[in-house]
Amino acid sequence: MNWKTLSAIVMLAVLPFTALAVEPDEILADPALEARAREISKDLRCVVCQNQDIDSSNAGVARDLRLLVRERLVAGDTDAEVIEFVRARYGDFVLLKPPFKPETYALWLTPAFLALFGTGIVIVVLRSGRKRQVAERLSDDDERVVAGMLAAEKGGTA
Amino acid sequence: MKRAIAALPILVALIIGAFFLWGLNPDRDPSAIPSVLISQPAPEFDLPPVEGVGLPGLSRADLYGNPEPVVVNVFASWCVPCRAEHAVLTRMVERDGVRLFGINYKDKPDDARVWLEELGNPYERIGSDLDGRAGIEWGLSGVPETFIVAGDGTVLYRYVGPVVGAAAEKKFATALAQARSRDGGTS
Repeated sequence: MNWKTLSAIVMLAVLPFTALAVEPDEILADPALEARAREISKDLRCVVCQNQDIDSSNAGVARDLRLLVRERLVAGDTDAEVIEFVRARYGDFVLLKPPFKPETYALWLTPAFLALFGTGIVIVVLRSGRKRQVAERLSDDDERVVAGMLAAEKGGTA
Repeated sequence: MKRAIAALPILVALIIGAFFLWGLNPDRDPSAIPSVLISQPAPEFDLPPVEGVGLPGLSRADLYGNPEPVVVNVFASWCVPCRAEHAVLTRMVERDGVRLFGINYKDKPDDARVWLEELGNPYERIGSDLDGRAGIEWGLSGVPETFIVAGDGTVLYRYVGPVVGAAAEKKFATALAQARSRDGGTS
């Protein structure tokens, strides 16, 4: 495969990801504000098509929310204020990244807990395995028994 | 210690089983979005009347100081399930004496007028939400949606989708009865 074919394949593969739901009439004139709006939109969940952010959703409500985000930005809100504005109306559900608070402790802490728990089990298992290997030599009693058995064996065959 | 470790798999199985019990429950709707409005005062909004219908508009003030709970229904003439729901709402108004307010969501006034002329008008007030901004204030995800607002302006209940069919109507009636007993008790 030559270099040109490869780059063509890469470009075609990337193409679908550049498709946008943001319509031309929504885009703000100020590129800095527009960039912020895009970032905020990526963190907000569309309430109709629930596993999509509003930045890439074609749903009517998603469009309304995109326009709202831009309107708040133009009005001078900070990013956090815009997100809070939407959150106040749609709840934590619209945040694609759930906030860290008592109701979500289980969500955030379970992976860490499970990792610690698993590490603990691994350590316990490895330790007990090592203990079993400690018996490299027979005890004196065993040595005597084995010697006796060997002697009996020799006496029997000879 | 050994015994405790031996009991661990059973414990893990029980926990996972409990999750299955909860998660596979056919009554649980995993895509249901909890509404932040419940038990909160009605949101700020002020909608003009729908042109040509001859009913007053709807604003937040209309939801405060009512002697009994009111029902706020978000509808549109372009929304097919709303047509089915319309009969249920009309029955609620005529039979149960419900006070029904409407929010006409992203609808052309002419279309809304024709729709109401054809099907009849159970609404006491209708606000025209042309750009859907009031819908956002209500945390709307689509039409139809129906809310029960207590006399003091507290949003008590939200039903997403059309209140059509025995199960849905029963659910809604129960919520409405609860709202009425709440308002009856406090006043």
